[in-house]
Amino acid sequence: MTTTAHDRHDQQGREVQAEQAGQTGLKRRTFVGFVLGGATLAVAADLSVGAAPAQAAIPSPPQIAETYDLGDLQTQSALPTSALITITVDSQGIAHFAIPRAEVGQGITTAAAMIIAEELALPVGMVDVTLAPARPELIFNQLTGGSNTMESMFTPIRVAATIARGALLQAAAIELGANVSDLVTKLGVISAPGGATRTYGQLAAKAASSTTRPVTVTLKPTSAYSVIGQGYGRVDARDIVTGKKTFTTDLQVPGALPTMVCRPPTLNGSPTAIRNLPVVLAMPGVTDVVMIDTGVAVRAATFGQCIDAVRALDVAWQGGPVEGQSDASVLARLKAAELPMTVQRVPILTQTIDMRFEFMFRSSAALEPNCAIADVRATTATVWAGLKSPIVAQKNIADALGMLQTNVTVNVVTGGGSFGHKLFGDAALESAKISKAMGKPVKLMWHRADEPRQGRTHPMATSRIRATVLAGNVLTFEQRHTSIRTDFSHGLGERLTAMVAELPTGLGNLGLAESIFELTQELPYNFGVVTQLLNEVDMGFNTGSMRNIYSPDVACANELFIDQLGKKLGLDPLAVRLAFVKNAKARAVLQKVAQVGNWGRSMPAGTAQGIALHAEYKGATAVLVEIDARPATVNRPIRDGVTGPRVTKAVIAVDAGLVVNPVGLEAQMMGGVNDGIALALTSSNHLQAGAFLEASWDNYFYTRQWNTPLDFECIIMPSNGDAPGGAGEAGVASTVAATACAYARATGTVPTRFPINHGTISFTPKPYIPPVQQSPTDGLSYTF
Amino acid sequence: MAQHTFRLNGQSVTVDVADDVRLLWVLRDVLGVTGPKYGCGINVCKACTSHINGKAFNPCAVRVADIKATDEITTIEGLADTVPGDLHPMQDAWIARDVAQCGYCQPGQIMAAVALVHEVKAQGRAITDADLDTIRNVCRCGTYNRIRQAIVTGAQSM
Repeated sequence: MTTTAHDRHDQQGREVQAEQAGQTGLKRRTFVGFVLGGATLAVAADLSVGAAPAQAAIPSPPQIAETYDLGDLQTQSALPTSALITITVDSQGIAHFAIPRAEVGQGITTAAAMIIAEELALPVGMVDVTLAPARPELIFNQLTGGSNTMESMFTPIRVAATIARGALLQAAAIELGANVSDLVTKLGVISAPGGATRTYGQLAAKAASSTTRPVTVTLKPTSAYSVIGQGYGRVDARDIVTGKKTFTTDLQVPGALPTMVCRPPTLNGSPTAIRNLPVVLAMPGVTDVVMIDTGVAVRAATFGQCIDAVRALDVAWQGGPVEGQSDASVLARLKAAELPMTVQRVPILTQTIDMRFEFMFRSSAALEPNCAIADVRATTATVWAGLKSPIVAQKNIADALGMLQTNVTVNVVTGGGSFGHKLFGDAALESAKISKAMGKPVKLMWHRADEPRQGRTHPMATSRIRATVLAGNVLTFEQRHTSIRTDFSHGLGERLTAMVAELPTGLGNLGLAESIFELTQELPYNFGVVTQLLNEVDMGFNTGSMRNIYSPDVACANELFIDQLGKKLGLDPLAVRLAFVKNAKARAVLQKVAQVGNWGRSMPAGTAQGIALHAEYKGATAVLVEIDARPATVNRPIRDGVTGPRVTKAVIAVDAGLVVNPVGLEAQMMGGVNDGIALALTSSNHLQAGAFLEASWDNYFYTRQWNTPLDFECIIMPSNGDAPGGAGEAGVASTVAATACAYARATGTVPTRFPINHGTISFTPKPYIPPVQQSPTDGLSYTF
Repeated sequence: MAQHTFRLNGQSVTVDVADDVRLLWVLRDVLGVTGPKYGCGINVCKACTSHINGKAFNPCAVRVADIKATDEITTIEGLADTVPGDLHPMQDAWIARDVAQCGYCQPGQIMAAVALVHEVKAQGRAITDADLDTIRNVCRCGTYNRIRQAIVTGAQSM
C-alpha cells in the first residue's frame, strides 16, 4: 500500500476542510495520500504535503527572515514537484522508509523512525529508516541543509504513516469480524474487543491494495502524541558502539581498491607532468597512477601504500588562482570591497557606535575525510558517498563522464559528520573521474592533510556595524558584511533561481548570495531603522556553508556591539538585551539562561560570564557561558594542542518549535556549543603564499576535551507550536557570540579578529611536497 | 611480502603483507575489520584507537612487523567479548547516554575510555575532570560532554 498526499488538491477545492482556515498548512490536519497497488502494504505521501505558500506581502519593519526564511524557501520549493515518499510494511511487521535526506550524525533517521512509530503505533525499533539514493524526479527536494529536514518532512511522513495504520485497521476489521472503531492498535498489534489479535506482519499482505487509490486522513492532534516529544536514543546506537555501523570507506565493493590523490602545493593548483611514473608504478601494492585535474591519483592494495606512492611522486605543478595570496592580502581585498555606510540624518547629540570585526578562514572538514567509491563502466556508473545533495552530484558526475544522468546511480551512505562539507559532491565527482581514467573501481579517500589545505572552508569575512544612539534608543543600525564568495552550487542556488518570481518583495533585485543573506538574517532587537547588507569577493577559494552560512559571524559582531551599547547606556549585558529584544520567544530564552546560569554572580578577576542571543529558523537560542582567561588556565601545557581561555560552563536554552526528539535536540545543541567555542577561540586556517598552513588536527584546533565546558546544560523550551523548526545549526551562532562577549568582559579587551588566537601560530607547518605525512612507527611508545 | 601472525579479537590471524604497512591498513584493507577509523594517519585524532594486550594504542602508527605473534589486538568489534555479558559496560553507558552523533570517532573514543578507566583504577582512585581532559580523541560533532558523563557512568560498572 502506498499513499500520496497533495496539498494542492486542497487548494483546488477537492478537499476542503474546516481546519484549512489556518494561515499555514501545518495547522491543518486533514490531507490526501495514496494506498499504492502491490503485494504488501505500501503507502505514500507527497513531499509537498503541509508546505503552504508563504504570505505574499512582507511587512516592514520586520525583516524578511522573520516572516519568510530559508526554511520556507526550501519547504515551498517542494510544491511544484510530485514527489512520493513511501512507507512499506513487510510480513515481519517492520515498517520501511527510505528518507530522501542524508544522515550525517544529526539524528534525522531516529526522528523519522519516531514519527512513523507515533502514527503507526509501532515500537520505534520496528521502523527501518534507510537513505534514498539520488532521485532526480525530486528536483529540489533532496537537499539536506539549512536545518530544514524536520520542518519539511514532518507532515508528509505523518500522512503516509497514518494511511498505513488505517489500511491495517481495515484489514484487521475483516479478519477479526469487528468494526474499525472498536479495534485498538498498540506496538504493532491490533486487538479486537474479544481479545483476538493480529500483528501488522500478519496483516501486511491483506492490507495491500490491488490498485493505487487516494485516501483522506486526519492526523491526530499533537496532544495525543506518546512517542513524539519523548527522548529516544539513536536508532544506530548499538551498531555504532560495536563498530558495525558502516561508512563509505567501510563498504566492500568488489575491485574498489584504496585510492588517494597527490595534491598540489598551492590551493587549487594543477599537475602538468608526472616525472617518475615508472618508479611509482613499480612500488609495492600500487596498481594504477593517473593524472586528473586536481592532482595525481594512485590506486593500491592498501591506503598505507597509497600514502607511500603519493609521497614518492615527483609532479610538475602549476599554481592556482590564489597563488601568492595571504591572510593580509585577502583582508585588504575585503576591506576595499566593504560597502559604505549610509550617511544618516540624525538629530544633534546623537552618539555613533562604530565597530568592525574580522573572521578568518575555517575548515568545515568532518572527522571522516572526503571519500567516495566509484565504479565507472562504458555507459554506466555507480557511486557511493555521503551526499547531502545527491541529485546535483549525480548531474555533475554525468556531465563529467559524458553520460546520461539516468545512467549514473548515486547511493547515499551515512556520513561521518558534515557541518556543510557534504553539501558538495567533491569526492564523488573526483572518484568518478579517477575510476574512468583507470578503467577500474576505486575507493577514494582524501588524506587528512588534503582537507584543511584543499578542502572547503567557511569564507573569510568582515562585519562592520554603525549604530546611532539618542536618549536611550537606537535610531539606526547598519551592518555591512563583506565576505569571500560562498559557494551555493550544491542546489540551494538552483532552488532560489527557479523560484525568483515567487520570492518576497525586497529580494527581487538581489543576487543569489545577497538573497540568502536576507533570508537568514534576523536581528532580534528593536534597533530602529535596520539595514544588513552583504557584499562578496570571488577570489577562487573552495568555500561552502559551515554549520550555518553567515549567522555565526554576524551574530558575534552584533552581540559584541550590544554589550558596547549597554556600556554606553549603563545597562549590563542581560539588561540591555531585555530592553531591546523584539519578541517573546527570544526574551524567554534569554531569561531562562540568565536564571539557570545564575547571571551576574560574582566571579574572580580574569573570569567572566557572557550572554548572547540568536534568532533563526523560526526559533531562538540563548547561551550563557563562563570563561576562565587567567594565565594558569590559558597556559596549561598540552602536547600538540592549544589550550587558551577555557569556557568552563555553558548553558543553552533553545526554542525550536515542536520537538520530535529532545535527546537528539540536546545533542545538536551540545555540538553547536562546542563548535561555537572553537570558532570564537581556536579554530582557523592561516593562508600564506597561496596555501593554507594547517594540515591535520594538531594544526587545526577544533575543540578538544581540554577545551570543552566542564558544565554543560541545555534547556529545551516547551513546544508552543505544532510544527518543528530548524535545530541542527541553531546552537552555533549564539555560542560564538557569548564566548566572545565573555572573553571581552574577562580580559577588558573587545576582540576584533576571530578566532581570538589566530594571531599566534601554535605549530610548525608540515611540508607541502610531499603533500601528505608519513605515518609514524612509534605508536607502541604511547600506549596507556 | 611477508607473513605476519598475531591474535585479533581472540583469534590467531596470519596476513601476507609488506613489513612496513601500518596495522590500521592491515586491519581495514586486508582483513576487513573496519571498526577502527582513519582520521589523520599520524596518531593525532585517535579515531583508530584499539587495544594491544589490554592497553590503548593507535594502529595507524605501528608497523605490522612490530606486532608479535603473541600480541592480542582488540578492536571495537572484540571489546564486548573481553567481559561477561552482552556488551562491555562502557558500551552500555554509551548507549544509555546516547553519546554518539555521527558515530565515526566513537569506536576510538570507547576504546580510549576503557583503557583510561583501567589506568585510573590501577592507581586506586576515581576518574577526575583532569583525567578526562587528557583524552585526545577528536569528536568533530562535539559530543564531548556526553562522552565525559558516559565514562564516569561506565567506570562504575567496570
